[in-house]
Amino acid sequence: MTPEEQKEIRARQKSRAVVMGVLLGALVLLFYGITLVKIGTH
Amino acid sequence: MTTATIDARSGMPAHWRDFLALTKPRVMTLVVFTGLCGLLAAPGHIHPILGFTAILCIALGAGAAGALNQWYEADIDALMKRTAGRPLPAGRMDRQSALHFGVGLSFFSVILMGMATNWLAAAILAISILFYVIVYTIWLKPRTAQNIVIGGAAGAFPPLIGWPAVTGDVSALPIALFALIFFWTPPHFWALALFVKTDYANAGIPMLPVVAGEVPTRRQIWLYTAIMAIAAMAPVLLRLSGPIYGTAALLATGLFAVFAFQVSQRRETDPARMGPEKRLFKYSILYLFLLFGAIVVDRWVFA
Repeated sequence: MTPEEQKEIRARQKSRAVVMGVLLGALVLLFYGITLVKIGTH
Repeated sequence: MTTATIDARSGMPAHWRDFLALTKPRVMTLVVFTGLCGLLAAPGHIHPILGFTAILCIALGAGAAGALNQWYEADIDALMKRTAGRPLPAGRMDRQSALHFGVGLSFFSVILMGMATNWLAAAILAISILFYVIVYTIWLKPRTAQNIVIGGAAGAFPPLIGWPAVTGDVSALPIALFALIFFWTPPHFWALALFVKTDYANAGIPMLPVVAGEVPTRRQIWLYTAIMAIAAMAPVLLRLSGPIYGTAALLATGLFAVFAFQVSQRRETDPARMGPEKRLFKYSILYLFLLFGAIVVDRWVFA
């Protein structure tokens, strides 16, 4: 594996990790909202 | 990095954009819109956060179905120009990743729907995914020239999911909305098939214009338009809607019928001179947005 390929793999892993992080963060907010609605304290 | 996410050809992990592409985001516009209209037309109240979650689940379910469709059809997609650039046939992702992604997203969307709204909406969402993947993609698409009619049923589910997300039950109006999209799909799709020469035949998929010829296709466009018109007027005839939807449906369906009739009478075979066919296709999209918008406005005004 060439250094360029290594770099590209790292870049893709990083972008996937960032997207996954953003999605998980959004889900935390969504589940928090759903929970508040479900327990009726909105 | 697991082996499941490495493309066998290049050794590269698949790009996140290719996972997004698996969900067919462009098809999602109509799914989200009709699902939202089913939800907004339903009697009763749903908290905006739960309503948003319901629409999100419909979109995720559609995305999951799209991913499983591409997982199953990777070898067929490779044979057609339009689809050869998709992540799997282009070799940017291995099939296992697409399968895991599709199955995971399916379960996630159904479970989230059940927990946020109710299990009837979740069950219909699950049925719609299974219908699209198993009945349409695996079973009927490669076997019959009426495949797009069956595929239309899969696309017709969203209002039938959005409605029970609010009410917890299914009544005549969401079924009428389901029927409207179901019978709208054949004239919509075959109008396109007349002027866009696809290479479905190369991939062994029996599309009506290829298998039966253009004249029967034009005749069937007219036939399904007639049935679609009945479905469009059903909410009026069953007294489930008021004059706003009634007027909109009558005028818009009348124009649809005029365009479809013109197409059914023509014998043009040169795609460059298929103005009326292109007009019918473009109008068919506007038509569906119009009628679903009208039913929501109607229900809000006369509720």
